[in-house]
Amino acid sequence: MTQALSPRFKNLIGLLLLAVLLAVVLPLVLEPFRLNMVGKYLTYAFVAVGLVLCWGNAGILSLGQGVFFGLGGYAMAMYLKLQSSTLEATKIQSTPGIPDFMDWNQITELPFFWVPFKSLPLSLLAVVLVPMAFAFIVSFPMFKRRVGGVYFAIITQALAAIMTILIVGQQGYTGGINGITDLRTLAGWDIRTDSAKTILYFVNVALLLGAIGLCLLVRGSKLGRILVAMRDKEDRVRFSGYDVASFKVFVFCLAAALAGVGGAMFTLQVGFMSPSFVGIVPSIEMVIYTAVGGRLSLFGAVYGTLLVNWAKTSFSESFPELWLFGLGALFIAVVLLFPNGLAGLYRSHVEPRIDAFLGRKGRSGSTPAPAPAE
Amino acid sequence: MNAQAATNVITDQMGPDFLLAVEGLTVSFDGFKAVDDLSFYVDENEIRVIIGPNGAGKTTVLDLICGRTKATSGSVKFKNTELTRLKEYEIVRAGVGRKFQNPSIYEDLTVFENLEISFPRGRGVFGALAFKRDAEVIGRVEEVAQTIFLADQLHQRAEYLSHGQKQWLEIGMLLIQDPELLMLDEPVAGMSVAERKKTAELLNTIIKDRSVIVIEHDMKFVEDIAHKVTVLHQGKILAEGPMAKVQADPKVIEVYLGH
Amino acid sequence: MFMGYSLGELGSIFAMQAFAGLILFSVFVLMSLGLAIIFGQMGVINMAHGEFMILGAYMTYLTSQAFQAFAPGLYGIYFFVAMVVAFCASGALGMLVEWSMIRFLYKRPLDTLLATWGLSLIMQQAFRSIFGAREVGVELPEWMMGSLAITDTIEVQINGLFVMGLTTLIAIAVYLLMFRSRWGLQVRAVVLNRPMAGAVGIDSERVDRFTFGLGCGIAGIAGSAFTMIGSTGPTAGQLYIVDTFLVVVFGGAASLAGTIASAFTISQAQSTMEFFMSGSMAKVLTLLVVVCILMVRPEGLFVLKVRR
Repeated sequence: MTQALSPRFKNLIGLLLLAVLLAVVLPLVLEPFRLNMVGKYLTYAFVAVGLVLCWGNAGILSLGQGVFFGLGGYAMAMYLKLQSSTLEATKIQSTPGIPDFMDWNQITELPFFWVPFKSLPLSLLAVVLVPMAFAFIVSFPMFKRRVGGVYFAIITQALAAIMTILIVGQQGYTGGINGITDLRTLAGWDIRTDSAKTILYFVNVALLLGAIGLCLLVRGSKLGRILVAMRDKEDRVRFSGYDVASFKVFVFCLAAALAGVGGAMFTLQVGFMSPSFVGIVPSIEMVIYTAVGGRLSLFGAVYGTLLVNWAKTSFSESFPELWLFGLGALFIAVVLLFPNGLAGLYRSHVEPRIDAFLGRKGRSGSTPAPAPAE
Repeated sequence: MNAQAATNVITDQMGPDFLLAVEGLTVSFDGFKAVDDLSFYVDENEIRVIIGPNGAGKTTVLDLICGRTKATSGSVKFKNTELTRLKEYEIVRAGVGRKFQNPSIYEDLTVFENLEISFPRGRGVFGALAFKRDAEVIGRVEEVAQTIFLADQLHQRAEYLSHGQKQWLEIGMLLIQDPELLMLDEPVAGMSVAERKKTAELLNTIIKDRSVIVIEHDMKFVEDIAHKVTVLHQGKILAEGPMAKVQADPKVIEVYLGH
Repeated sequence: MFMGYSLGELGSIFAMQAFAGLILFSVFVLMSLGLAIIFGQMGVINMAHGEFMILGAYMTYLTSQAFQAFAPGLYGIYFFVAMVVAFCASGALGMLVEWSMIRFLYKRPLDTLLATWGLSLIMQQAFRSIFGAREVGVELPEWMMGSLAITDTIEVQINGLFVMGLTTLIAIAVYLLMFRSRWGLQVRAVVLNRPMAGAVGIDSERVDRFTFGLGCGIAGIAGSAFTMIGSTGPTAGQLYIVDTFLVVVFGGAASLAGTIASAFTISQAQSTMEFFMSGSMAKVLTLLVVVCILMVRPEGLFVLKVRR
């Protein structure tokens, strides 16, 4: 096979095309409402990108990514909620100055774990560190004891279930089933206006591109090759002097941190956070975004997320009945018929043509065909 | 710490320093003793061959030494360090290399990357992130590739190698680790006659300046390389000594060689 | 948390809660037996297991409707017919699923998980389209209503007793089938060494299909039992799936006795705690304890040490 382009060059082009699509094309063609919706989808893409490393590269399937998405989202929501619960705004409550749902649940003092969220820097740190710390606590004992495969998947799924029940059950501290709502300002800046939403969209895109860049760096390092090696022959890696568990913990924590960032951006753009983005169902749906995009492709993860969510929205708007059939069929089809997802289709159908095209013309600097799978 | 020091003194007084001392090693699976009160010693630069009928516990002994299986009782000392308490990767870092029975390589990576991963540097998470493919690494990988006859296949994916080449690659992956004790589990199994000859040659070059434990069935090959032979039978040592002596042992002929 | 109750009251509370736990235990056992057979024997995760149970529940509902419409005089025995119908319906669908989907995925257990999740979504929506989103319930035949008073303060419901008796019978039948019959021997042979089992003339594909069908069929019976203690809705199965997975894993995937013991432990813990705190906290605590134990002892509670 002729190699027309080096992998690193292809990654750069992929990143560039994605940047053009997200930061130029979509803002130009979509009205603000739709753009905000794409922004919401793109927050899931953080999870999907993390799953590419975690599941695609390292073979660790987590069915509990919603937990980390939720932790990041709640961290941001708690900060925003405290911002909007000023003494002034809550003076009709029996205890002014605490979030309204606490007051409704007869709580008279801000719980200790809410206190750090009065500070923006601490809250931003929490968005990344809390999911990471939780991922570490969960994964360290399991990977040390070589729990993997389906066992890991089931236990992470159980965690997603536990987390949802806990959040719903502890209304007074978490806002319960409604979640944390009525969020207004970030450090005094109103996030509900159209212009704020557009700015947040671009922040989101920048962070997502940064996340993909970070993952590309990780994958390009020796660590990336060790992950591939581990998925293939774990014992051989172990007997080459590597502590396999610590590599898995690292990758799982990285994916959790990315999910946390996604969650925080979700809260900012959508204006609330609730347990319905934490549980079993959203967690496994996030896996399907990665699977549709192609479990080994970081770019595919973004396109997969956009595609599935776009389909979900259009189906739910017109034929709500059909959507679950469609989603179910998608799960089955992507596993049975297209295990490499969009990226696989791109690689087997589009890429050879681009290579042939470039090969014939020599490397004349012509731009490759449009990004896969629009 | 004092106790540790004291045992060191005692072993020192016990005469020649063994590279590897296995004493009273036992492992039982549900009451079945796969290895039963086994003791043997390997000197520096010694080539030891373990032979025995199927199910004698040969592979289990290697598993026990390299930490893949946990011993029920007994001790394995490598340069006076107790190995039974260490994790697998710590044992490897201490200087014990292990080749598996079936070629165990990373099929999705190239030959170069296979060797590079085995290069003993940047073994921690952040070490691996910061790892640079510098001249030293490239030089060493190319040198080893030369030794294992794969210099031309350096950038080919390992899954396209032949069975024999895969065995060589795994040997190369061990070689680049430069272990003091090398354990090989049937290195010439499943090879064609030509490959076998080449492998014997290869093994003869790489076993210099280190101790080696080999499990092998091929008697011709064993005769060529062994300094000492240990015959295992039902998890116990049946005979031990130079090849000629072992071959003449009536018990050994009865359970193994006679067939 | 025991403040304010006399010793006698506490005794009654524990007895009543233990009995309530026994009904939960029965459903757990029936659900987990099917799952344990499929997961333990075949290594396949069936995320649609809860939906197979609900299929059995709907079949039971349909049978009861049919009896009410055409043979009200025989309503007393509808349940026995319904069980058979539920078993056959879930089992047949299970075999179809194995043939069309699962058999391509034996080497990719994580993918099976995703594919069967997709199946569960399809089944849920199918239930909703066919039976409506509202929950349906069956009317108990007269002889199953009412309760037995054991002491002044302790009384037990007859339908609960019945479900427990049924569970015991099915557990024994499964045990006999798996460990005392020739067919069970074949299943275990396939589990231990697939190529070898094939070589001695066992049709391993057929064994797989029937094993999967059997597991799903038992889930169908679990669905029948489920109608006695709760109402049936399209998504009711999903509520049980995490619990039953934990039961199976906690019990040590390959051991039927372990599955039963772990179902007992988990259901009793949950229902006892439920009396003293809110249901959701009881569930959180139970699941959390189980998850923590599994993190420390991933092989479950009842397994043998085997040579790798």
